[in-house]
Amino acid sequence: MKILTEHIDVPQIETIAVYKKNGGYKAVEKALKKMTPDEVTEEVKKSGLRGRGGAGFPMGMKWSFLAKPEGVPRYLVCNADESEPGTFKDHYLMWKSPHTLIEGMIVSSYALGANTSYIYVRGELMYVINILEKAIQEAYDQGLLGKNILGSGYDLDLFVQPGGGAYICGEETALLESLEGKRGNPRNKPPFPAVKGVWQCPTVVNNVESIAATSWIVNNGGDAYAAIGVGRSTGTKLISASGHIKKPGVYEIPLGITVEEFIYSDEWCGGIRDGHTLKAVVAGGSSVPILPADLILTTATGEKRLMTYESLSDGGFASGTMLGSGGFIVMDETTCIVHNTLTFARFYHHESCGQCSPCREGTGWMDKVIHRIEHGKGRKEDIDLLVDVAKKIEGNTICPLGDAAAWPVAAAIRHFRDEFEWHIEHPELATKDGAVYMRPGASWAR
Amino acid sequence: MEGKNQIVFPAETLELVAKIIKRYPEGKHKSALLPILHLAQAQWSWCSPEVMDYVASLLSLSPVEVYEVASFYTMFHLEPVGEHVIEYCRTGPCCLMGGVEVYDHLKKRLGIQTGETTADGKFTIKEVECLAACGWGPVFQIREKYHMHLTTEKVDQIIDELSK
Repeated sequence: MKILTEHIDVPQIETIAVYKKNGGYKAVEKALKKMTPDEVTEEVKKSGLRGRGGAGFPMGMKWSFLAKPEGVPRYLVCNADESEPGTFKDHYLMWKSPHTLIEGMIVSSYALGANTSYIYVRGELMYVINILEKAIQEAYDQGLLGKNILGSGYDLDLFVQPGGGAYICGEETALLESLEGKRGNPRNKPPFPAVKGVWQCPTVVNNVESIAATSWIVNNGGDAYAAIGVGRSTGTKLISASGHIKKPGVYEIPLGITVEEFIYSDEWCGGIRDGHTLKAVVAGGSSVPILPADLILTTATGEKRLMTYESLSDGGFASGTMLGSGGFIVMDETTCIVHNTLTFARFYHHESCGQCSPCREGTGWMDKVIHRIEHGKGRKEDIDLLVDVAKKIEGNTICPLGDAAAWPVAAAIRHFRDEFEWHIEHPELATKDGAVYMRPGASWAR
Repeated sequence: MEGKNQIVFPAETLELVAKIIKRYPEGKHKSALLPILHLAQAQWSWCSPEVMDYVASLLSLSPVEVYEVASFYTMFHLEPVGEHVIEYCRTGPCCLMGGVEVYDHLKKRLGIQTGETTADGKFTIKEVECLAACGWGPVFQIREKYHMHLTTEKVDQIIDELSK
């Protein structure tokens, strides 16, 4: 079942002619001519679609919070600042099929009553920005953007805004600050963007993948979307698969397949690279807790783990993780967990905006302490120190970057403490090129 | 030779600047700052104080409003760079795919460390965080172009090509 990527490999799908030939822009026709904005919102609510950027908040509900005071413009801003390590699905979708996003933007803007919308794309993806701008121009030329779209009386202008290289701008209030031409410092909430967003006007910020899914929902109905998936995990999800698998790439899966099937089936990742064994997975982008092989494949109670919001978080942080953005990073037995955790800690240290002391200072501490463990200079008390610092960041910052920095470190120690201890106790072994600790009796031990 | 090195966008870029400012509501032209900083960097290769002052004048901002923004975002070079800036991803997934070895090779080949520029002014190497191309790693970016699935051989090819 493909919703977003059904035609993604059709040659020249990036052009409006080919996109239309494959059923494109029917949702705009249907929504603007046959439905009211509230009816579109109702279908999105029925679909159960949850925010695909990582938070998983129900999209229809987010839309319903949008304030609609008379005479005040409202805005839809697409969050295309994809920067969560392990995640590259939005990049893929916009690069291959820009009109899929643009069509979703038109339908969603109509539902929200926005007459100007923005797609905020991370600045590094300048080539994707050029692809989007070309596609937007095509849509204007065909009367799908601009004044009186398809004679419906609805006006929409759509612009692309480049970022400047800052992970924090994926946080919605930081993104809005950045769109206003400022440093990307997250705002305190409330007020929420739905009430006071960009330029203090009511604003909805949604992820690329979420917005792109709305066209299919308009065409086929919210119930049809909700029929895919399991429980509250409805529809399909783009998973960015990377690491030690045979076939890295972006896969659109129906939510609810087993993790085992996703990793080992030829339809998806194709299994672990030849001659190697699964050691660990970070299932939802670098922020979510890493899990060792046994816990990613089955829950602590022995059930097969599914690719759903609920199943991946089964067991809480003690034995579970999160679906997050769907950045699925697979590691085999050659992976040094301490080194991998160091790259994540360094990432959050680099990306902290510096506004809140626990995050600004704490991410620096974690980076420094893991760095010295990795380089054979670790001290016995360092592991508990890391746990303590992570705990002091978590929940004590304006935005979720603090949590995102704390969780991977805490989880790496929770599940691979012996590996950190080995680095500290045997620095001469641990600092050798390519040295990796093998847990005796582990399923991945050689 | 007054005027020769004066920092002014060419006429067509100025037209583009005017168009960009119109993307935002009246009075919200500060929003054009990031797009215009990108144009300025493309024009002058780095954001010198003079370039930033010029951008400030275009948007009627005080210079400090531009400095504080340019210094927040990692894409803007606040010091001179070489002709080709190679920005390699150092984050986890690219490292899993052998990034460390590939980047070490790159540094050895050019004889410089991260943050440095070759003596002939041809290449600068910078370390960056995740470029959202994890499944195609290791990755580096040179201007707008992503170079993916890097190997030491591929790095040599790219450097050879750019050295011509």
